[in-house]
Amino acid sequence: MEAHAEQVHHHHHHDDVEVNPAAWTDGKRYAWLLGIIVPLSPFLAFFWVTVTGLGAMWFLGPALVFGIFPLLDMAIGMDPTNPPDSVLKFLEQDRYYRWCTYLFIPIQYAGLIFACWMWSSGDLSLVESIGLALTMATVGGIAINTAHELGHKRANSERWLSRVALAQTGYGHFFIEHNRGHHVKVSTPEDPASARLGEGFWSFLPRTVLGSLRSAWELEGVRLDRIGQRHFSLHNDILTAWAMTAGLFAGLAIVFGPIVLPFLVAQAVIGFSLLEVVNYLEHYGLLRQKKEDGRYERCRPEHSWNSNNVASNVLLYHLQRHSDHHANPTRRYQALRHVEEAPQLPTGYAGMIVLAWFPPLWRRVMDPRLLDHYEGDVTRCNIHPRKLGRVLERHGRVA
Amino acid sequence: MSAWHCPSCDYVYDEEAGHPREGFAAGTPWTQVPDDWPCPDCGVRDKVDFEPVSNDG
Repeated sequence: MEAHAEQVHHHHHHDDVEVNPAAWTDGKRYAWLLGIIVPLSPFLAFFWVTVTGLGAMWFLGPALVFGIFPLLDMAIGMDPTNPPDSVLKFLEQDRYYRWCTYLFIPIQYAGLIFACWMWSSGDLSLVESIGLALTMATVGGIAINTAHELGHKRANSERWLSRVALAQTGYGHFFIEHNRGHHVKVSTPEDPASARLGEGFWSFLPRTVLGSLRSAWELEGVRLDRIGQRHFSLHNDILTAWAMTAGLFAGLAIVFGPIVLPFLVAQAVIGFSLLEVVNYLEHYGLLRQKKEDGRYERCRPEHSWNSNNVASNVLLYHLQRHSDHHANPTRRYQALRHVEEAPQLPTGYAGMIVLAWFPPLWRRVMDPRLLDHYEGDVTRCNIHPRKLGRVLERHGRVA
Repeated sequence: MSAWHCPSCDYVYDEEAGHPREGFAAGTPWTQVPDDWPCPDCGVRDKVDFEPVSNDG
């Protein structure tokens, strides 16, 4: 049976040995607490500004995620080890791990209130205010990753927390589109959030933002039609999620003054663009083939880009073990496994994000890797239709 | 009444309970669920991939 064949793929490292869960220790257990360094970053920025007297310290958030973490990835390196299969259940049941993700959210919002207080205080120069907005955008973008972990879970409380985490960036529709759209259509031309060969990040960005919005609205519309409710009603989970954002921003503007609004909007847009650059690299150019019955083949480990870099894996709750995530979307982050057949990125997501911002560099690094993955056969890639002729020509195929 | 389970995760569609949030009221027979309905928990497999849960009752 297919389901069992899938299981075999994951069997490496320790699996033939039955391990007593009580005797096994998780090397990353306390490292997961490091995830809260991101929501703490506006406070850390304030600390360093105060200690050093340097206003540039307000840029701490992006400096941490796009400067320090890529360097840490290179310095610390990889960890391909997996928890033995016999402890997976035990590991998933341990509530400590979910509290690490819950903890993110109160700190996230304490930071947002603190940022609004700083923006409205008049103590910051415009450049410093922009630095703080970029720091808050980084928090908001990484908060979508936290929301992603929580939104895949079955418990209503976790799904609700997921929506709360998304409110800062106004990306409440992500919760619907990601689980019911992206996961179903991943690595096919129909998925707005799967990037294509020949598609640079800056042209992917508007396609995924608008396409995901449209897809979320359609999916929710189908559900509302089935339950017999109007699309514009409080039953619409997209509208209620956006109302949460509107209420949040309005409340902050009332308390701190309208001066905070341009910064709130800027951090939201830059924040969700961060999520989209992660979408860009997760499935770049990878394609599920269509079967004879017209359905796509199942999403397999080879349809996601992975990375075992420790630093960014700890920062992103194992998001980079992306193949196992797509095979088992409800599995908790601490139990996600490295999969041998999955294509590997040259460095962690943090460094790859920076590379994606520079499309010529991205193409130079990633296109050969993608082609290698498909044994040089460019026709097996998900190719951007607008660039089809040029891509085929470049890789030795007649258009 | 019978039940069907997703081959990818732990989700079970029980006809008796249906899935009201998704628009399948309690008692909705499996045959009335559209073929392209994906698993509401994992989204990895569709209705046509689901397997019957053995039921001796």
